[in-house]
Amino acid sequence: MRDVDTTIREVLEAHGRLSGSALSLKDDDDLYQRGLASHASVNVMLALEDAFDVEFPDSLLRRDTFRSVASMREALGTLGVGQAEG
Amino acid sequence: MTSSEDFRRELLESGLLVDGGVRGLYHRSFAFEAIARGVEGYVSAAGRDDGPRQLYFPPITTRATLEGSGYLASFPDLVGAVSSFSGAERELPEVLRRAAEGGAWEELLTPTEVALCSAACHPLYPLLVDESLPVEGTLFETQACCFRHEPSDDPARMQSFRQHEFVYVGSPDGALAHRDTWLARGASLLAALGLDVATVVANDPFFGRAGQLLAAGQREKELKYEIVAPISSDTPGAISSANFHEDHFGVAFDLSLDDASVAHTACIGFGLERISLALLHRHGLLVEAWPDEVRASLGLGAPRGAEATS
Repeated sequence: MRDVDTTIREVLEAHGRLSGSALSLKDDDDLYQRGLASHASVNVMLALEDAFDVEFPDSLLRRDTFRSVASMREALGTLGVGQAEG
Repeated sequence: MTSSEDFRRELLESGLLVDGGVRGLYHRSFAFEAIARGVEGYVSAAGRDDGPRQLYFPPITTRATLEGSGYLASFPDLVGAVSSFSGAERELPEVLRRAAEGGAWEELLTPTEVALCSAACHPLYPLLVDESLPVEGTLFETQACCFRHEPSDDPARMQSFRQHEFVYVGSPDGALAHRDTWLARGASLLAALGLDVATVVANDPFFGRAGQLLAAGQREKELKYEIVAPISSDTPGAISSANFHEDHFGVAFDLSLDDASVAHTACIGFGLERISLALLHRHGLLVEAWPDEVRASLGLGAPRGAEATS
């Protein structure tokens, strides 16, 4: 399984339209401060679902879920992503 | 307590509105139209001192506007695109045969370059691509007959209705100030007509699961406010909405300010039919019996008791 953090950063790089490279982000960097627009966050959400073959439940379709690499990793963790590697 | 069913029946029985044959389609009596036009003049006058550039848009816009505005992506279930027959004469009988049999004749039509207008500010943005847009902002007043495909028996939810808007194009701070100034001004204007108004944080009905995320973001950032009042029942509904679009339309339509920054936009939209209905709900279906000051504000004839002197 691909490293979860790397995949998240690659998705952000491809879909986040951030002000700088997503590959050098710190885990807790606020992506909204770095230019993650609402419509881009939707594309990030859809790309993460695609990459990890999961579906975010309604309870996770919130702005905070996509605020940082760490928050996305945590949300994906609740869906079982990355657990096997733990 | 009145339900929207009761109110709809009263409106139709009084002749103020006429059932257009499908849910959400209504023809307007001249009496109803006089109210709507009174509201139009009333809100327009409130923006006069700002000297906005004024444009009436037709009920259709370019297909490119519908796509470029993001409306197609975010509200695909509400849009209307126009198709027409572009086949040869020999292909027409099949169209008519299907129509006669209740079949899907529209499938034989070809999409045109136009779509029904979704919001009264959308046709504005493509016009501004080559314009010099000062950082301190430019004000516009627009109106369009808008279409939303959401058939309903509630007269407050018409498929075809007019929005009267005041739009700002400029800096982020200016856009936010425009939204907030007009939200307060709009609430005050509508309250002065006797309506029981409140302002609430709101979200657009974005489509699908992606839409849930967009709606949650819109609420958290408080980008959209609605002025609500009872419209067709005692439950309040939106009669006006004030929106900060951030750089959504600026990016979508490539609008640059004179300092090369991306334009930010904001608008307030007044729903002329919904405000008219709210007034009828509040003051009764007999316009002649409305309070004098409300009639005067809307230019609806002489107040009660003032007889013609001729």
